[in-house]
Amino acid sequence: MTKVNITLNGKAVSADVPDNTLLVSFIRDTMALTGTHVGCDTSQCGACIVHLDGESVKSCTMLAVSAEGAEVTTIEGIGSAESLHPMQQAFHENHGLQCGYCTPGMVMSAIELVGKNPNPSDKDIREGLEGNICRCTGYHNIVKSVQAGAQMMGD
Amino acid sequence: MYQTNYVKAASTEDAVGHLAKGGQLLAGGMTLIPTMKQRLASPETVVDLAGCGLAGIEDAGDSIRIGAMTRHVDVAESALVQNAIPALAALAGGIGDRQVRNRGTIGGSVANNDPSACYPAAVLGLGGTVHTSTRDIAADDFFTGMFETALDEDEMITAVSFPKVAKAAYVKFPNPASRYAMVGVFVAAGDGHVRVAVTGASSDGVFRHDGMESALSANFDAAALDGASVDVDDMIGDIHAAPDYRAHLVVEMTKRAVAAC
Repeated sequence: MTKVNITLNGKAVSADVPDNTLLVSFIRDTMALTGTHVGCDTSQCGACIVHLDGESVKSCTMLAVSAEGAEVTTIEGIGSAESLHPMQQAFHENHGLQCGYCTPGMVMSAIELVGKNPNPSDKDIREGLEGNICRCTGYHNIVKSVQAGAQMMGD
Repeated sequence: MYQTNYVKAASTEDAVGHLAKGGQLLAGGMTLIPTMKQRLASPETVVDLAGCGLAGIEDAGDSIRIGAMTRHVDVAESALVQNAIPALAALAGGIGDRQVRNRGTIGGSVANNDPSACYPAAVLGLGGTVHTSTRDIAADDFFTGMFETALDEDEMITAVSFPKVAKAAYVKFPNPASRYAMVGVFVAAGDGHVRVAVTGASSDGVFRHDGMESALSANFDAAALDGASVDVDDMIGDIHAAPDYRAHLVVEMTKRAVAAC
């Protein structure tokens, strides 16, 4: 067991966890924040993407102990049901989801993408979302959503 | 995932101490963690290198020295690398996906020597040097086979140096699903000699192609490769590409890399 101290969605948290605990298990099971999903468990689908010190990472592919001292932001930390983050609002308005399972990862990935590239082209978005898999939408509306989200984040 | 003990090394010496006792080094974890999750690896102790101070990119005059824990995103976005060896920055920016590039490191990639990884092609193609905890190893002596390197049991990579060359390019044919290189070719021209390093194709891992190097050293033009051949017996065959198709891709990717120089 090792004590992990991180800042999770702006709040300092700590817990003793077995050393082999994945960051996504720490978030979902230890901290009971279930907005971050586990889709494939083989580091491919991106449903588990969170921000680690502002950068997108797959939380199923790092140990919680490796996040010691870091700031972690999950889908719960970017907006609320009453006041959605602009990227969430854009996914809502552009029907950028069907079942919604991949959406937390898509949104977290897209926010970082737009942070680095405020005016992404279609190609930039498709390449930028290579680490996210969606089995419902065919991606077209996701690309539209990210473009709209980029616009709204810039406003 | 199997139970494991986590240790965060404070320095290279500290990490080597744990390594000598059987610890498994953890760099970015982009291969190790999935491998542990699939129970293909079950190290008793994982030794995190994040605190060893091995990240950073330096201009060393006629070469660029990149610390072992430097992430792909940092190489891709480095103005120094973009200016001195743009092909290397482009290669780093094309590895995996953004989340892999935000965690994965050059030292981890080079030490693992995955036969489909991109970085080994750059190290071998540029004729780089692998710096370790005990010595400097020339690229030509470093990669010894699929997932095998010249590293001793208690030796770890601390940095990799790449000479600044006149012209270089890397072109890969990515697997449409995994984005790993089905074939990737790094071509570098400098000092009147051309080096061609191929990844993704051979069951022995990354390799140089003497025939194409000689042809390109005499005439640095994609047309010089008309008629070039690759031994089909050495090629990987799997559901994604048969050996003869991979052999064809090796020549074709080399031509495209020459054209991109």
